[in-house]
Formats: sequence, C-alpha cells, structure tokens
Amino acid sequence: MAYSKKVVEKFENTLNEPKKFNVGRFNPSDLDVGTGMVGAPACGDVMKLQIKCEPKGNSHVIKDVKFKTYGCGSAIASSSELVEMLIGKTLEEAKEIKNKDIANALELPPIKIHCSVLAEDSIKQAIDDYEAKQ
Amino acid sequence: MSKNIQLPIYLDYASTTPVDPRVAEKISSHLKMDGVFGNPASRSHKYGWKAEEAVEEARSHVANLVNCDPREIVWTSGATEADNLAIKGVANFYNGKGKHIITSKIEHKAVLDPCRQLERDGFEVTYLDPDAGGCITLESIKAAAREDTILISIMHLNNELGTLNDIEAIGSFARSKKIFFHVDAAQSTGKVDIDLSNLCVDLMSFSAHKTYGPKGIGALYVSRKPRVRIEAQIHGGGHERGMRSGTLPTHQIVGMGEAFRLAKEEMQADREHVAQLHQRFLNGVDGIEEIYVNGDLDRKVPNIINISFAYVEGESLIMALKDVAVSSGSACTSASLEPSYVLRALGRKDELAHSSIRFSFGRFTSNEDVDHTLSILSHAVERLRELSPLWEMHLDGVDLDKVEWN
Repeated sequence: MAYSKKVVEKFENTLNEPKKFNVGRFNPSDLDVGTGMVGAPACGDVMKLQIKCEPKGNSHVIKDVKFKTYGCGSAIASSSELVEMLIGKTLEEAKEIKNKDIANALELPPIKIHCSVLAEDSIKQAIDDYEAKQ
Repeated sequence: MSKNIQLPIYLDYASTTPVDPRVAEKISSHLKMDGVFGNPASRSHKYGWKAEEAVEEARSHVANLVNCDPREIVWTSGATEADNLAIKGVANFYNGKGKHIITSKIEHKAVLDPCRQLERDGFEVTYLDPDAGGCITLESIKAAAREDTILISIMHLNNELGTLNDIEAIGSFARSKKIFFHVDAAQSTGKVDIDLSNLCVDLMSFSAHKTYGPKGIGALYVSRKPRVRIEAQIHGGGHERGMRSGTLPTHQIVGMGEAFRLAKEEMQADREHVAQLHQRFLNGVDGIEEIYVNGDLDRKVPNIINISFAYVEGESLIMALKDVAVSSGSACTSASLEPSYVLRALGRKDELAHSSIRFSFGRFTSNEDVDHTLSILSHAVERLRELSPLWEMHLDGVDLDKVEWN
C-alpha cells in the first residue's frame, strides 16, 4: 500500500508515543465522558473514541480525548488525526468535522476513504453518548 | 544488529525468490553476441543449434527434478500459463466426455480464474473446502466425483499456509475413475520430492521464480503414458509439439534449468537449513500471547509459516514491521478489500484472516535475519495491542463474539 508520508508519519508517531498521541481510556460510566465505538472485527477495523467535556457558556467544550483503534495503518492514522482536531472544540464545532477533513489532512488514497468515514462516525457516536448523559 | 543484514529483511520467498547467483551467471551467458543467444527454432545455422541444445539440456534438468521424460515438459511463461493450459486445455479437448471439474477453495487464482471462465463456458465446477488444518481430503474428492467429472485440479503445496496435499492418494483415486489429475506444483519444487514416475498425475505446473530461477518462465508436465491430450491456448508456429507456440526464451529457459538442477542437488541442504530457521522462528514467537498458526504444523513445509496475531490488524503490523518484507492475509493489503479467501476457507473467524502474516524463508535467509525479525515482531505486536480496543476488551474479559458490532 503506497501511503502518503503523512499517513506513515502519523501512524509511526502514534505507535511510538501512544501517551502523547492520546491513546488510552476514560471510565465510560463517568458523566463527563462520551464514548463512541464503530466498526467490526470481522471487517478489519474498530475505532473507540472517548471525549471528556465540560460545560462552557451555553455549550460544552471537549477538554480531553482518548482513543484506541484496531485497523490498518490509515485507520489508526485517521483516528489520531481526528483526536488532534477535537481538543478544545465545542460540541457544535466537533459535529462540523467531516470525513473529508480527515482524508484531506492525511492525503488518504481513495481506497482508504472508509477509514475517515469511520472516524467521523466515531465522533458522532461519542457526542451522542455524552449528550444523552446530560 | 549484525552489519551483514540487508534491510528490509526479505521473508517473502513464497511470493518470489531472488535468482541464485549461479543461475544469473548462466542466464547472462545466453544473451549476447558472444553467448548462446540464438533462436532454438532456427534450423539453418549453428546459433540456432546451440540454442536448441541449451534448451533441451534445461528441459532434462527440469524433467530430472520431478523424474519424468523430458519430452513431457512444455515450456510456458510461468505457472499461471501452465495452469491455464492444463485446465482449459483438458476441458476444451475432452468436453465431449463430460463437463464437471473438481478443484478446491484454497487454489491459487491461476487455477480458480480459469475454472470460473470454464463455468461461463458451460462447465460445472465443484470447489472443495479444506479441512481445518488447510488440506484437501481424499474423502471430499471421492464425495464430489461424478460420472461426468473430467478433471481434478488440486495444488501440491498451498502458497499461503505451506500445507501439503496428498497428491499420491488423490492421483490413485483419479486414475481409478479415469479422471485426469492436474497438480499446481509452483510452490513445491525444491521443497519436497516429486516423483512423477510413481505418481498418477497427468498434468503438473511449474514455476522458475519460486525456486531461485527467473520470473517469466515455467513449464507444464504433460503425461505421455498414459497419454493426456490438451488443446493449445496460444497458436502461432507450432512450437512445443503444437501445445504452446512462441519463440522459446533461451536465457530464461536455461535459467529455469539451472535453478532446477541446483534444486535437485541442494534440496536436502535447503530443507535442513529452512527447517532450522522455522524452528528458531517458532521458538521465538512462543512468548507472544494469543497467536495462532494457520495450517497444520505436521502437514506443512517449514518454508512458510502463517500466523494470526489476534487483536492486531495485519496491515498495521506490516507497517510496524517496516524493516521486514512479509505479506498478509489482511483485506487492507489486497486491492479487493477482501481478507484472504484461503484463510476464510479454513472456517476460522474473519478477524483471524485480517490479523494474519505470512513469513516465508529460503536459501539466503540467515539466523540473524530471523533473530532480528523476532525482536522487532514482539515489540510491534505489543505496541499495536496497546492501541487496540479489542485487546483491551479481551483483557477486560469481554467475549468479542457476543458483542453487537455496528
């Protein structure tokens, strides 16, 4: 698979320094945590994304994010890229993030676009989960 | 790291082998003005005669490795063409006798795709499942055989798993039922003994580049006693007794001949060398949790070892192993986004196919290559599992089969 330099770098950096790149977990039952998990092992990719938020004005802002991803190099890179985009954003802003933003940032090859779609789905689910708790 | 390691470490011998330096030497002496460059079909001068002599000598080296008559060897462009010629050639010649063919789900695409084509032409094909260990059983063949079966095509050695099929038993059965038997032996030359004088095999495909010869050349064994007829697939000049037209590529043919001559001479040494590497590798991965060897260890060759690293996706593992050249059954490494059909045919869960890596060793693999691979491998698996939500769930005691995935 001929990946862009960006995918390879993102993948390797995440692998080499998991803590710095937000690999980990929050307690999913905490009220300030929203969890999204998408994909299936049989399809070859599963992404788990967790956001930790706090109220700010009329909205809620994403303070911290943790993720874990099982999948190909571009799936891992896509999750990691998404995480960086999320920190500090309000939930409304986070909902605006589209798979295209991730695909463009990483220069994903067309055959790997589904990885960015999965990443978009994971944030949607995490936000839904968080909002349901409020 | 030892300085004589060449990075990335090549552990993909089942995909192709480097040409043995002695073979390369032989090839280069058959290319230029001062070498044997002639057209073997030229009957009017010495250049042609010399080339023909070289081609016939190579033919006898190939025949010698598998113990058949050199007149039973037909040169092709590789095993893919040999498979096509055997399967379509028999089907087209004998279609008046019957229109049923038996093959298996773990065959190479060079067998499966011609079978698919024949289905479009009105043939009926039965695709057998392997047993859990990755072999095709005689029982399943017996159960599938019919009055109108004209051909059985089963590979000798599976390219993904390294498992061997019992071609002796299958051949005897086929012969007793007067069904032609084709064997794709692209992977097995130089790895296991093949004695065609004692096997009931009618057609056998060979490749040079899996046995330290050049790419672009192979051969089909076409039995003379009992005789099997095939309809040519390429016409134009009537070379190779009309079975395969086209100017013979002298340099590639002598390359294949030399590679097969060496394979016979060095098979014992090659086998011992690779068996030792295989054991070293197995000992080394023993400490990694939750790994599964695909294919029965007792019925496979040591050249190939296919392992699923549970909870880690194969393509990401290959990326993490950038200093090692291997291949994966993962969907993400294939153009079709489908995980390996061979691993799926074993009846295991799809995720084990996604998590599989094939390591294949050969003549030029060293102990240092294996040791270095092992040290990178366990580290890479550990780091990817740290990243894997499935590994986390596994450690938490979650049964992944009971989770509803969306």
